[in-house]
Amino acid sequence: MSLNKHEMAALVARDIEPGSYVNLGIGQPTLVADHLPADAGIVLHTENGMLNMGPAATGDAIDPDLTNAGKVPVTELPGSSYFHHADSFAMMRGGHLDVCVLGAFQVSARGDLANWHTGEPDAIPAVGGAMDLAVGAKSVYVMMTLFAKDGSAKLVPECTYPLTGLGCVDRVYTDLATFLITAGGVVVRETYGISREELRERLGVPLLS
Amino acid sequence: MSATTICDSTAEAVAGIRDGSTVLIGGFGMAGMPVHLIDALIEQGAGDLTVVSNNAGNGDTGLAALLAKGRVRKMICSFPRQADSWVFDGLYRAGRIALEVVPQGNLAERMRAAGAGIGAFYARTGAGTPLAEGKETREIDGRTYVLEFPIKGDVALIGAHRADRMGNLVYRKTARNFGPVMATAAGLVIAQVNEIVPTGELDPEVIVTPSIYVDRVVAA
Repeated sequence: MSLNKHEMAALVARDIEPGSYVNLGIGQPTLVADHLPADAGIVLHTENGMLNMGPAATGDAIDPDLTNAGKVPVTELPGSSYFHHADSFAMMRGGHLDVCVLGAFQVSARGDLANWHTGEPDAIPAVGGAMDLAVGAKSVYVMMTLFAKDGSAKLVPECTYPLTGLGCVDRVYTDLATFLITAGGVVVRETYGISREELRERLGVPLLS
Repeated sequence: MSATTICDSTAEAVAGIRDGSTVLIGGFGMAGMPVHLIDALIEQGAGDLTVVSNNAGNGDTGLAALLAKGRVRKMICSFPRQADSWVFDGLYRAGRIALEVVPQGNLAERMRAAGAGIGAFYARTGAGTPLAEGKETREIDGRTYVLEFPIKGDVALIGAHRADRMGNLVYRKTARNFGPVMATAAGLVIAQVNEIVPTGELDPEVIVTPSIYVDRVVAA
């Protein structure tokens, strides 16, 4: 059986070491937070200037001055801290975050990432902090479906969409398989509802193991 | 300029902003956005502006309202496209506004550089991507870095939580965002605050933006 987005998020969460400092990108990566064990001491960073971000705020806890990178109201936890944007991005760019989890349009076999722009002429480009996370976090995990709605593979020999970062992706979590991007090539770690042979046929990327 | 002016009105606070100015506007979405200063700027009438802000307006208030009035020639921002950025989207698609997309960390650091007297800096962000095309690069320790130049404002409009009468500022939660950086990076720094307290009432240990950076403060 292929994985749904919650199962993918749970897999990513399982691979995050206790005590890690982690940035979860907007969209599906945000779901990873729901699967982090409460006692693991994992600290979430939000790029707009906070460490140890708590869950989404509801009801009376909603405060317009306290939001996450997706502008969703969130909460504080004991040990939270606030800092301005240049400090927040210095944390990201300076290699202080252990893991970031990002969505993607495409990832190449070398770990190039394309996730900010479809390249369509009428699209309005918007990059946010994606390029900073891509080069700055110690480990970059991508969470995406393996195939686009039109059936084309999103793990590709070369990205055709505009790049976010070169050779920056370490792992790719998809609905059908998880991949490790290594210096020697793409390693299939696990598959879900698809055989390795079928993966090989449907992806134009050489796969190890 | 030396001492900070405590203004009686937002109109007084934005007086003198000229056509063609580069205006840094704080906020991440609506958090920290100095909406009352922007409303006053709309009234004041300056146009042909270049605005530097993380987003390009949300909904119909604040920066979006300034854009809707046709006062902005160019946006420099990291993330213009959002679910509620219809004002900017319409102007952009009609060819009525220029856009420079800057990765968010470069946006913040370029303003920090402007405020800190740094002539330019090398950063890895964007290397090998379309946003670094045409920029000077350099290999440092085996990695490619891109040369980035400061972004300096003629004016900064920022939102803070409290000021004292000297112009020291403290912020509230994630509404802090770009305020402290922008406060260092513009010739005329104007802060909208929720409350102005007597000098000495803010704990010196927790002041985030020291008064030296702040020219005008208004409670709004």
